[in-house]
Amino acid sequence: MTENQIKDTVFTALKDVAPEADPSSIDPDENIQDELDIDSIDYLNFMMGLHEKTGVDVPERDYAKLATINSAVSYLVARVG
Amino acid sequence: MAEMIAPIAVATGGWPKIAKSPTDLRVQPNLLDYAATRTSFSWEEIRHELSGLPGGKGINIAHEAVDRHALGSGSYRLALRWLSKKGEARDFTYGELRDQTSQFANVLRSLGIGKGDRVFALMGRIPELYVTALGTLKNTSVLSPLFSAFGPEPIKQRLTIGEGRVLVTTPNLYRRKVAVIRSELPKLEYIILVGKPGEATDVPGTLDYHTLMAQAPVDFTIPETDPEDMALLHFTSGTTGTPKGAVHVHQAVVNHYMTSKYALDLQPDDIFWCTADPGWVTGTSYGIISPLLHGITNVIDEAEFDAERWYGIIQDQRVSVWYTAPTAVRMMMKIGIDVVKDFDLSSLRFIASVGEPLNPEAVVWGQEAFGLPIHDNWWQTETGGIMIANYAAMDIKPGSMGKPLPGIEASIVKREPDGSVAEILAPNTEGELALRPGWPSMFRAYLNNETRYNKCFNGGWYFSGDLAKRDEDGYFWFVGRADDVIKSAGHLIGPFEVESALIEHPAIAEAGVIGKPDPVVGEIVKAFVSLNSGFEGSEDLRRELQGFARKRLGAVVAPKEIEFQDRLPKTRSGKIMRRLLKARELGLPEGDTSTLED
Repeated sequence: MTENQIKDTVFTALKDVAPEADPSSIDPDENIQDELDIDSIDYLNFMMGLHEKTGVDVPERDYAKLATINSAVSYLVARVG
Repeated sequence: MAEMIAPIAVATGGWPKIAKSPTDLRVQPNLLDYAATRTSFSWEEIRHELSGLPGGKGINIAHEAVDRHALGSGSYRLALRWLSKKGEARDFTYGELRDQTSQFANVLRSLGIGKGDRVFALMGRIPELYVTALGTLKNTSVLSPLFSAFGPEPIKQRLTIGEGRVLVTTPNLYRRKVAVIRSELPKLEYIILVGKPGEATDVPGTLDYHTLMAQAPVDFTIPETDPEDMALLHFTSGTTGTPKGAVHVHQAVVNHYMTSKYALDLQPDDIFWCTADPGWVTGTSYGIISPLLHGITNVIDEAEFDAERWYGIIQDQRVSVWYTAPTAVRMMMKIGIDVVKDFDLSSLRFIASVGEPLNPEAVVWGQEAFGLPIHDNWWQTETGGIMIANYAAMDIKPGSMGKPLPGIEASIVKREPDGSVAEILAPNTEGELALRPGWPSMFRAYLNNETRYNKCFNGGWYFSGDLAKRDEDGYFWFVGRADDVIKSAGHLIGPFEVESALIEHPAIAEAGVIGKPDPVVGEIVKAFVSLNSGFEGSEDLRRELQGFARKRLGAVVAPKEIEFQDRLPKTRSGKIMRRLLKARELGLPEGDTSTLED
């Protein structure tokens, strides 16, 4: 997967939990939860969605490393096969 | 959520008692002899441990929390240590907090906001929230905190019911959640925006917090405050109707003090951290008021749950007493004990939890992870403070909420067919958990709703709406809710509020909302909807409805799952049977369906 494809995947996974949101409109270095009104349950579902879509296993202790669009993309880029 | 830890099992028995030997505890607990303290306890006496306003002018929460400690060298003691999302720390001494809260009280006064006027706060956990809260109380105005993850609809309802004259919020929250409803709030006179320090906000029709504060004097004398003057307005949800505004008065502070002394065991050198958001009652009673009453340092973290960050905070801030919630504990359990071992958490001496029943696995996990069991306790918005608790010196039966605090009489009761109320004295028998009215932080009203308030009382008892049992040793055990209110991540959500928002969508004919059990957060909000003719239940529509609900209600209240059903089960009188929806969802027996329409 290219970086752009991964970014699209992150957007899709976010829209799965927050269909009304426009992830491309937010500052990619700001906290996703604050910017898109994502609560802790949504965030867990977002993490699981990413796992399903990319095959990357994100251990729970790493969840906080995917708190912004940019950090999520770089985390996945480094691990996607 | 697919991967799960062991399901929540809150049941009596099965788990060995955790025996305590008070002499082994690092610090001698405030509540050492439960029976003796209960016998000798008097509210009058505990009240003397507080100061009261100078000159016998009553009792004011902010004076007890802030001003009385900010005398002489006490003003240099650390009151708040605030940790920002980005990792910076800001400290507030008692002296600084006194000055800033006085300034905020002067801001309100200069706007003509006075005694009894409602000031709403809608902010994340930023320092200005704490200044707003305590400054409002100083001014004898009424603080009503709102959770910043609410959507416009819950915010509008609460501001309307509470007749808010002032709202303090941030430019971002204003733009996203308040601007769209402002024209529907004629009683809301002032909106004060907290922008970044040094950058004045510039939004038409609003005031700038930092500009107002800079102009306000630091001297403020708290006006005479009657113990029964309204201080706090906390919203809570019922099964039906709009949210209810539970009114608390200034002398609730006696209860805040007593409970944090006995149930949380706060002592003079503690560093305390309550992880709850002040948008809910725990985050106000214990996240703002209680630690300050003891003159200790209160740690505030702006960020959301993140296990490693949390352990880092306990380690670096040397947190000694930690008050958290079952959802957080269960997330920590999922992440695993290995992570805990990377940190030095030796400062911790007492851990407590509230929000929903703490399952026995979690109590015991605390012992493995932190070397300390987690002490569950029970209370609710209406009670204003902890009512039933596991104390530091008391043996724990994992899964039990503990025993009633000194000064609190709790029992299990049932309503007899003739309308009278009977206490259930036989052990391990299910009934409704009830309290004898009269403790200082008991709610005094549901604002402008006497009927619903009166319904909570019967036969000399306050009915909590929770079903519970009491065992042969006097420990209380939670069984379930007596109504349909949903408890998700410790927050109460009224199904009616969710249903009302959903049916405003043109596709939805009817909606029934339930709490679907979830091993981490307790329950998630699930909606069943039937559609108007001309609409098909497609994935696209499901997503549209989800987005629609989230935009109106916000993430915490909106349903996490929406399922289409051709027909919702209803009684012959047309009421949607949530109980049946829930039984079907869980594959449980449907119970009495005699009222079901044909």
